[in-house]
Amino acid sequence: MRVTIRLFARLRDLAGSGELVRDVTNPATVETVWRSLVDEMPDLRAYERTMSVAVNADYAKMSAKVHEGDEVAFLPPVSGG
Amino acid sequence: MPAVAVTSDPLDLQGLIEEISRTSTADGAIASFVGLVREENQGRQVSYLEYEAYEPLAVRALQLIIDEARETWTDTRIGVHHRTGRLELGEASIIIVAASPHRAHAFAACRYTIERVKQIVPIWKHEHFEGGDVWLEGATADPGDEAARETARRIACA
Repeated sequence: MRVTIRLFARLRDLAGSGELVRDVTNPATVETVWRSLVDEMPDLRAYERTMSVAVNADYAKMSAKVHEGDEVAFLPPVSGG
Repeated sequence: MPAVAVTSDPLDLQGLIEEISRTSTADGAIASFVGLVREENQGRQVSYLEYEAYEPLAVRALQLIIDEARETWTDTRIGVHHRTGRLELGEASIIIVAASPHRAHAFAACRYTIERVKQIVPIWKHEHFEGGDVWLEGATADPGDEAARETARRIACA
Protein backbone atom coordinates (compact mmCIF):
# COMPACT_ATOMS: atom_id res chain seq x y z
CA MET A 1 0.00 0.00 0.00
CA ARG A 2 1.04 3.57 -0.62
CA VAL A 3 1.84 6.14 2.09
CA THR A 4 3.14 9.69 2.09
CA ILE A 5 6.20 10.37 4.25
CA ARG A 6 6.81 13.89 5.56
CA LEU A 7 10.25 14.97 6.79
CA PHE A 8 11.23 18.24 8.42
CA ALA A 9 14.25 20.40 9.24
CA ARG A 10 17.54 18.46 9.09
CA LEU A 11 15.76 15.17 8.33
CA ARG A 12 14.38 16.85 5.22
CA ASP A 13 17.83 18.13 4.25
CA LEU A 14 19.37 14.68 4.71
CA ALA A 15 16.67 13.04 2.58
CA GLY A 16 16.78 15.79 -0.05
CA SER A 17 12.97 16.09 0.04
CA GLY A 18 10.26 16.91 2.55
CA GLU A 19 7.68 14.66 0.97
CA LEU A 20 8.14 11.12 -0.32
CA VAL A 21 5.60 8.59 -1.56
CA ARG A 22 6.50 4.98 -0.83
CA ASP A 23 4.94 1.53 -1.01
CA VAL A 24 5.05 -0.49 2.21
CA THR A 25 3.78 -3.95 3.13
CA ASN A 26 0.25 -4.23 4.52
CA PRO A 27 -0.32 -4.35 7.47
CA ALA A 28 2.23 -1.76 8.55
CA THR A 29 3.08 0.41 11.53
CA VAL A 30 5.02 3.68 11.73
CA GLU A 31 8.00 1.53 12.61
CA THR A 32 7.60 -0.45 9.35
CA VAL A 33 7.65 2.81 7.39
CA TRP A 34 10.71 4.07 9.30
CA ARG A 35 12.64 0.79 8.76
CA SER A 36 12.09 0.90 5.02
CA LEU A 37 13.10 4.56 4.96
CA VAL A 38 16.40 4.04 6.81
CA ASP A 39 17.15 1.03 4.59
CA GLU A 40 16.95 3.47 1.71
CA MET A 41 18.66 6.40 3.53
CA PRO A 42 20.93 5.13 6.33
CA ASP A 43 21.92 8.69 7.34
CA LEU A 44 18.48 9.20 8.85
CA ARG A 45 19.06 6.49 11.45
CA ALA A 46 20.88 8.99 13.72
CA TYR A 47 17.46 10.45 14.59
CA GLU A 48 15.87 7.20 15.69
CA ARG A 49 16.26 7.86 19.42
CA THR A 50 15.38 11.55 19.47
CA MET A 51 12.65 12.02 16.86
CA SER A 52 8.89 12.11 17.32
CA VAL A 53 6.34 10.78 14.87
CA ALA A 54 2.89 11.75 13.67
CA VAL A 55 0.20 10.06 11.57
CA ASN A 56 -2.18 12.28 9.61
CA ALA A 57 -0.93 15.36 11.53
CA ASP A 58 -1.56 13.91 14.98
CA TYR A 59 1.11 12.75 17.44
CA ALA A 60 1.59 8.98 17.29
CA LYS A 61 3.77 6.14 18.57
CA MET A 62 6.13 3.99 16.50
CA SER A 63 3.70 1.11 17.09
CA ALA A 64 0.71 2.97 15.55
CA LYS A 65 -0.97 1.24 12.60
CA VAL A 66 -0.63 2.86 9.19
CA HIS A 67 -3.26 2.61 6.48
CA GLU A 68 -3.36 3.16 2.72
CA GLY A 69 -3.03 6.87 1.94
CA ASP A 70 -1.88 7.89 5.41
CA GLU A 71 0.63 10.70 5.95
CA VAL A 72 3.45 9.61 8.25
CA ALA A 73 5.70 12.39 9.59
CA PHE A 74 9.10 12.09 11.26
CA LEU A 75 9.99 15.07 13.47
CA PRO A 76 13.50 15.92 14.70
CA PRO A 77 13.74 17.54 18.17
CA VAL A 78 11.82 20.80 18.02
CA SER A 79 13.20 24.33 18.42
CA GLY A 80 10.27 26.73 18.07
CA GLY A 81 9.60 29.84 20.06
CA MET B 1 -8.31 36.90 13.86
CA PRO B 2 -7.91 33.35 15.19
CA ALA B 3 -6.59 32.85 18.73
CA VAL B 4 -4.12 30.27 17.36
CA ALA B 5 -2.12 30.73 14.16
CA VAL B 6 1.04 29.59 12.41
CA THR B 7 1.73 32.15 9.71
CA SER B 8 4.39 33.59 7.43
CA ASP B 9 2.88 37.07 7.92
CA PRO B 10 4.38 39.54 10.45
CA LEU B 11 2.80 39.10 13.89
CA ASP B 12 0.30 41.62 15.27
CA LEU B 13 0.44 41.82 19.07
CA GLN B 14 -2.15 44.59 19.41
CA GLY B 15 -4.54 42.67 17.17
CA LEU B 16 -4.16 39.50 19.24
CA ILE B 17 -4.67 41.44 22.51
CA GLU B 18 -7.89 42.86 21.11
CA GLU B 19 -9.01 39.43 19.91
CA ILE B 20 -8.44 37.82 23.32
CA SER B 21 -9.88 40.67 25.40
CA ARG B 22 -12.92 41.66 23.30
CA THR B 23 -15.15 38.80 24.50
CA SER B 24 -15.02 39.68 28.19
CA THR B 25 -14.99 42.61 30.56
CA ALA B 26 -14.12 40.38 33.53
CA ASP B 27 -10.37 40.67 32.95
CA GLY B 28 -8.15 42.60 35.31
CA ALA B 29 -4.92 41.77 33.53
CA ILE B 30 -3.38 40.83 30.22
CA ALA B 31 0.15 39.43 30.12
CA SER B 32 1.95 39.14 26.81
CA PHE B 33 5.18 37.56 25.62
CA VAL B 34 7.05 38.39 22.43
CA GLY B 35 9.93 36.19 21.27
CA LEU B 36 12.51 37.98 19.10
CA VAL B 37 15.27 36.95 16.72
CA ARG B 38 18.50 37.62 18.64
CA GLU B 39 21.81 38.62 17.06
CA GLU B 40 23.92 36.14 19.05
CA ASN B 41 23.45 32.44 19.73
CA GLN B 42 25.98 30.09 21.35
CA GLY B 43 28.82 32.41 20.40
CA ARG B 44 27.70 32.73 16.79
CA GLN B 45 26.81 36.01 15.07
CA VAL B 46 23.34 35.31 13.69
CA SER B 47 22.50 36.71 10.23
CA TYR B 48 18.84 35.61 10.09
CA LEU B 49 16.58 32.69 11.02
CA GLU B 50 14.28 30.55 8.94
CA TYR B 51 11.42 28.88 10.81
CA GLU B 52 9.88 25.71 9.42
CA ALA B 53 6.65 24.21 10.79
CA TYR B 54 4.57 21.11 10.32
CA GLU B 55 1.66 23.48 10.23
CA PRO B 56 -1.44 21.34 10.90
CA LEU B 57 0.20 19.60 13.85
CA ALA B 58 1.73 22.85 15.12
CA VAL B 59 -1.72 24.47 15.24
CA ARG B 60 -3.09 21.39 17.00
CA ALA B 61 -0.21 21.45 19.51
CA LEU B 62 -0.70 25.14 20.30
CA GLN B 63 -4.39 24.49 20.97
CA LEU B 64 -3.44 21.53 23.20
CA ILE B 65 -1.09 23.79 25.20
CA ILE B 66 -3.83 26.38 25.69
CA ASP B 67 -6.20 23.65 26.89
CA GLU B 68 -3.53 22.43 29.34
CA ALA B 69 -2.92 25.93 30.68
CA ARG B 70 -6.65 26.43 31.21
CA GLU B 71 -6.82 23.25 33.27
CA THR B 72 -4.50 24.93 35.79
CA TRP B 73 -5.52 28.61 35.38
CA THR B 74 -9.19 28.08 34.58
CA ASP B 75 -10.12 31.78 34.38
CA THR B 76 -7.58 32.61 31.64
CA ARG B 77 -8.03 32.99 27.89
CA ILE B 78 -4.93 32.58 25.74
CA GLY B 79 -3.87 33.36 22.19
CA VAL B 80 -0.66 32.28 20.43
CA HIS B 81 0.67 33.16 16.98
CA HIS B 82 3.94 31.68 15.66
CA ARG B 83 5.74 32.99 12.60
CA THR B 84 7.34 30.86 9.86
CA GLY B 85 9.72 31.60 7.00
CA ARG B 86 12.67 33.99 6.98
CA LEU B 87 12.96 36.38 9.96
CA GLU B 88 15.51 39.15 10.30
CA LEU B 89 17.20 40.20 13.55
CA GLY B 90 14.76 41.90 15.91
CA GLU B 91 11.63 40.46 14.30
CA ALA B 92 9.01 38.70 16.44
CA SER B 93 8.88 34.92 16.04
CA ILE B 94 6.09 34.28 18.55
CA ILE B 95 3.48 36.30 20.42
CA ILE B 96 1.47 35.01 23.38
CA VAL B 97 -1.40 36.82 25.11
CA ALA B 98 -3.04 35.62 28.34
CA ALA B 99 -6.01 37.44 29.88
CA SER B 100 -7.41 36.79 33.35
CA PRO B 101 -9.26 38.52 36.17
CA HIS B 102 -5.97 38.29 38.11
CA ARG B 103 -2.42 39.17 37.06
CA ALA B 104 -0.82 36.13 38.69
CA HIS B 105 -2.83 33.79 36.47
CA ALA B 106 -2.14 35.86 33.35
CA PHE B 107 1.63 35.86 33.96
CA ALA B 108 1.72 32.15 34.84
CA ALA B 109 -0.37 31.03 31.86
CA CYS B 110 1.78 33.13 29.53
CA ARG B 111 5.01 31.62 30.89
CA TYR B 112 3.64 28.08 30.85
CA THR B 113 2.64 28.50 27.21
CA ILE B 114 6.10 29.56 25.97
CA GLU B 115 7.80 26.77 27.96
CA ARG B 116 5.45 24.17 26.43
CA VAL B 117 5.91 25.62 22.93
CA LYS B 118 9.61 24.93 23.26
CA GLN B 119 8.91 21.37 24.41
CA ILE B 120 6.35 20.00 21.98
CA VAL B 121 5.36 22.21 19.02
CA PRO B 122 6.71 20.91 15.65
CA ILE B 123 8.54 24.07 14.59
CA TRP B 124 12.27 24.31 13.84
CA LYS B 125 14.80 27.15 13.66
CA HIS B 126 17.32 27.11 10.82
CA GLU B 127 20.01 29.50 11.99
CA HIS B 128 22.08 31.27 9.36
CA PHE B 129 25.22 32.79 10.84
CA GLU B 130 28.49 34.27 9.64
CA GLY B 131 30.25 31.30 8.05
CA GLY B 132 27.48 28.71 7.93
CA ASP B 133 24.08 27.46 8.96
CA VAL B 134 22.68 24.96 11.43
CA TRP B 135 19.33 23.41 12.32
CA LEU B 136 18.70 23.97 16.02
CA GLU B 137 17.38 20.92 17.82
CA GLY B 138 15.90 21.18 21.31
CA ALA B 139 13.37 18.83 22.85
CA THR B 140 11.98 15.52 21.64
CA ALA B 141 8.30 16.41 21.18
CA ASP B 142 6.18 14.19 23.43
CA PRO B 143 2.91 15.74 24.60
CA GLY B 144 2.34 12.77 26.92
CA ASP B 145 5.57 13.38 28.87
CA GLU B 146 4.18 14.37 32.28
CA ALA B 147 7.62 15.26 33.66
CA ALA B 148 8.11 17.86 30.93
CA ARG B 149 4.67 19.28 31.59
CA GLU B 150 5.40 19.47 35.31
CA THR B 151 8.67 21.30 34.57
CA ALA B 152 6.77 23.90 32.55
CA ARG B 153 4.20 24.30 35.33
CA ARG B 154 6.95 24.70 37.94
CA ILE B 155 8.73 27.38 35.89
CA ALA B 156 5.42 29.17 35.37
CA CYS B 157 4.74 29.30 39.10
CA ALA B 158 8.28 30.21 40.17
